[in-house]
Amino acid sequence: MPDFRDEIRRKLAPLRLEATREAAIVEELGQHLDDRYAELKTRGTPEQQASAAVLAELEERDLLATRLRKLERQPRFDPVPAGGPWHGGLLQHLGQDLRYALRSLRRSPGFAAVAILSLALGIGANTAIFQLLNAVRLRSLPVRNPEELVYLKPSNSHGRSGNFRGNFPIFTNLIWEQIRDHQQAFSGIAAWNSTSFNLATGGRSRIAKGMYVSGDFFNALGILPAAGRLISVADDTKGCGLPGAVISFPFWQREYGGNASAIGSKLTLDGHPAEIIGVTPPGFFGLEVGMSFDVAAPICSEALIDGEWKNIDRRDGWWLAIIARLKPGWTAEKATAQLESISPGIFQATLPERYKEKEAKEFLGWKLAAYPASAGLSNLREEYEQPLWMLLAIAGTVLLIACANLANLMFARANAREREIAVRLALGASRSRLLQQLMMESLLVAAVGALAGVALAQILTRVLVSFLTTSGGKISLDLAVDWRVLGFSGLVAVITCLFFGLTPAMKATATPPIVAMKAGVRGAIGGRERLGIRRVLVVAQVALSMVLLVAAFLFVRSFQKLVTVDAGFRQTGILVADLDFTQLKMPVEMRNTFKQQLADRVQALPGVESAAAVNIVPVSGNGWNDSVHTNASGEELQEVAWFNRVSPGFFKTMGTPILRGRDVSNSDTLSSPAVAVVNETFVRKLFKDKDPLGQTFKVDEGATKPESVYQVVGVVKDTKYRTLRDELTPIAFVPRGQDKQPDTYCSIVMRSDLPLDSLTTAVEHALAEINPSILIRFTVLKTQIRDTLVRERLMASLSGFFGVLAAVLTTIGLYGLISYMALRRRNEIGIRMALGADRMRVLTLVMREAIELLGIGLVAGAALSWWASRTARSMLFGVKNTDPTIFGAAVALLAIVALTASFVPAQRASHLDPLEALREE
Amino acid sequence: MLDRELKKGSAELMILSLVEDRARHGYEISKLIETRSRGTLRFNVASLYPLLYRLEDRGWIQGRWTEKSGQRRRRYYKLTAAGRKVLSAQRNTWQSFVAAMSRITGLENA
Repeated sequence: MPDFRDEIRRKLAPLRLEATREAAIVEELGQHLDDRYAELKTRGTPEQQASAAVLAELEERDLLATRLRKLERQPRFDPVPAGGPWHGGLLQHLGQDLRYALRSLRRSPGFAAVAILSLALGIGANTAIFQLLNAVRLRSLPVRNPEELVYLKPSNSHGRSGNFRGNFPIFTNLIWEQIRDHQQAFSGIAAWNSTSFNLATGGRSRIAKGMYVSGDFFNALGILPAAGRLISVADDTKGCGLPGAVISFPFWQREYGGNASAIGSKLTLDGHPAEIIGVTPPGFFGLEVGMSFDVAAPICSEALIDGEWKNIDRRDGWWLAIIARLKPGWTAEKATAQLESISPGIFQATLPERYKEKEAKEFLGWKLAAYPASAGLSNLREEYEQPLWMLLAIAGTVLLIACANLANLMFARANAREREIAVRLALGASRSRLLQQLMMESLLVAAVGALAGVALAQILTRVLVSFLTTSGGKISLDLAVDWRVLGFSGLVAVITCLFFGLTPAMKATATPPIVAMKAGVRGAIGGRERLGIRRVLVVAQVALSMVLLVAAFLFVRSFQKLVTVDAGFRQTGILVADLDFTQLKMPVEMRNTFKQQLADRVQALPGVESAAAVNIVPVSGNGWNDSVHTNASGEELQEVAWFNRVSPGFFKTMGTPILRGRDVSNSDTLSSPAVAVVNETFVRKLFKDKDPLGQTFKVDEGATKPESVYQVVGVVKDTKYRTLRDELTPIAFVPRGQDKQPDTYCSIVMRSDLPLDSLTTAVEHALAEINPSILIRFTVLKTQIRDTLVRERLMASLSGFFGVLAAVLTTIGLYGLISYMALRRRNEIGIRMALGADRMRVLTLVMREAIELLGIGLVAGAALSWWASRTARSMLFGVKNTDPTIFGAAVALLAIVALTASFVPAQRASHLDPLEALREE
Repeated sequence: MLDRELKKGSAELMILSLVEDRARHGYEISKLIETRSRGTLRFNVASLYPLLYRLEDRGWIQGRWTEKSGQRRRRYYKLTAAGRKVLSAQRNTWQSFVAAMSRITGLENA
């Protein structure tokens, strides 16, 4: 009989069917044709004719192939032939593996839910923190070619004296102009200063964030206007008055609804009218990451706006930061070299007259340098970069702990599927193929967890930012998800997947099949090796949890100490009113009396217990210091002391006790001797054990003026000056009435039990009666102080949360492991009990394993904590990083929790029915 | 030979009814069609098997390789529960259609 199968195969060839499928069709059709042939032969048809007739059935216009093609296009779902060669390419198998993994996960929804949830939380937390870090540290400025930008700074300055304004008071205006005119390294160079403008013309202040910018600022950065035009070089010339102001896009939307009519309309900046000439594009927020601006004015306008207090001509008025764009082919190093060469000339030309010899020598030796600025400048970054990296490390550790739990779960699952895997291996499946299938499950879980994590991170990031936001102002950060964030979470997902998926999968496929098939519920003998890894995982979990708990305790204690620190004054119940009466154009000689009048007026209000005027509000971050010296104690002593100008009643209002002598009084005027009230530290450092009352000290007023002499008339308790974290420093309080150069600003602190709203209204009315053009801004002292503690609060809250989470995860892990171990030893336990061991013995037996693991983990953890806590030293307050009580507390907490967790399965094991245990095999 | 269109529409009904009583293999089915139609209808390989596979895909018939003693293994097709329902529905449809045609065209029952 002729073989028709070849012919059939030929017809089917173009369909490229899978081998088994093709074989089946060929066989079936082959039989049909054989039967046909046999039938024809029985009827007497000659061989050749019969063959031809049969083949003709196939020939019919290739119908077979056409029809089958339509059918066979749907992929036939064949089970993977165990050990089949790699047919059909990688993708086909990938699709199969994916479906297999999905089915497998759907069959154990509990495991899938726990795994995905843990990963989503872990990856989400890590991504959220990284996203914040990205926005604060890594992201480039939204300007043209940010990688070409550098900022300038003296590389060897050790501080200087003078008047400081703004966030980056690096240069004076004169130095800026010198650099601008003599530099050769940059194709564009610009200076700026962050400030604020009061948009109100009277009554309650309306503060807008402001910037002074040099003429070429926007051009050098490559910023084009969204409407109107931007400040140009022609606008920034000496004595320009106020040629115009530029507003930001968000400000334009907020205040003018994005209306084109805003261009050309007028704004008031600190009482001076300005025309709006243009709007910056959306997305441009200035050069300081975390900040934003509302209004920008040319640098030359500072002279007009700040009036008497203008910084622009002061040789010791530090307020400008400089950014520049490198010329093509230039590097920051090359630019630094050029800048160094012109430095001597620049500083010679700009030396402040009041500098004495020592300070002048240092100033003249300064060298300018250029530093990369593609990510802009940022105070936010300085403050939060270290805490954020630390939080990322903490969150990463928690994720590791969660992964260890997942790995344990995967081991358990692998154990349960031992038989299935063994059978497939025995039938010839390739190990790598099985490994791929098992890993696909882990990959799927990791992928879904990561996606959920990234989504969750968006919420968490916003929560984090709101945490960091203070009453002082919103933090503006671009939190968009960019390639770095996605890359980070992708990387984390892959690492976690490998971490918890690979080892169990490899172990599972490594068991010799015959061994697996013989084993009972205990699992294969190879399980002992697996158990070793699981033990290591749990020990690692305990150690890492210990580190996190220690960190948490350290930060929480630190924060607690900071919040309860004795500031030397009362923090609650104090309202501060910052007054600005520049618009009244009051002559200098009347200002002191006027300020006293304001304070008295507020004091007279019903409900106000006490009020006083002060120059610098405590713990506001502002400060005024000067070099003082005295030889009252017999030796010549010199210190830098901090100063404050106060009116009578200040100490009473603030609740700072006067220890000796008297308060400042209204009789301390410009015609009476200059006096001061000093604090305890001042006495200790400058008067040693001599009685300070009646003694004098001298204040250095610079090379151009004679020293001032003050007589001490009182001593007060030590108070914090700039921040709560500061060490106690010498402070001298001088009377309001003896201010030789009073300005037009005044802060009034008042103590009252009245509710806030009614108090502010009353104060506003009272001051408006005096003059409605006085600008007022209210702050609650307690809130302001609390805002300075944001960083510490952040660390305490988050590290506390993560520490607890880590402990919980470890407990779960330990519980799972001990349960498993107890289960494994059921037979043994049953035998022991049958032989007479009582409950206690069994309990001890199981617990011993737990205690062993816990012990090793705690020791390792303690060592690790001791080493790791050194990195946190700078962030702590009032507590040492090796504080033994904290270590002890962490050990105790972890031990209690872990032992309780292991007690439960131990208890269960000890209540075992020995017969049951022995029966099972 | 019968018009191709008619043949297509009725093919499914034919095959389903032929495997109603017992399972049959492909060649058997084609022989039955030929004999019972007295040579009017013939299905060749290229027409029959794609149709069988389509019916199998839909779940109306089920094919299984069976080895009977002394013979090679062959693929037998039998009717499934779903197929039974479809068969009954198609029979009704066909009967109504034939009756209507008769009334319209004035044909008498053969």
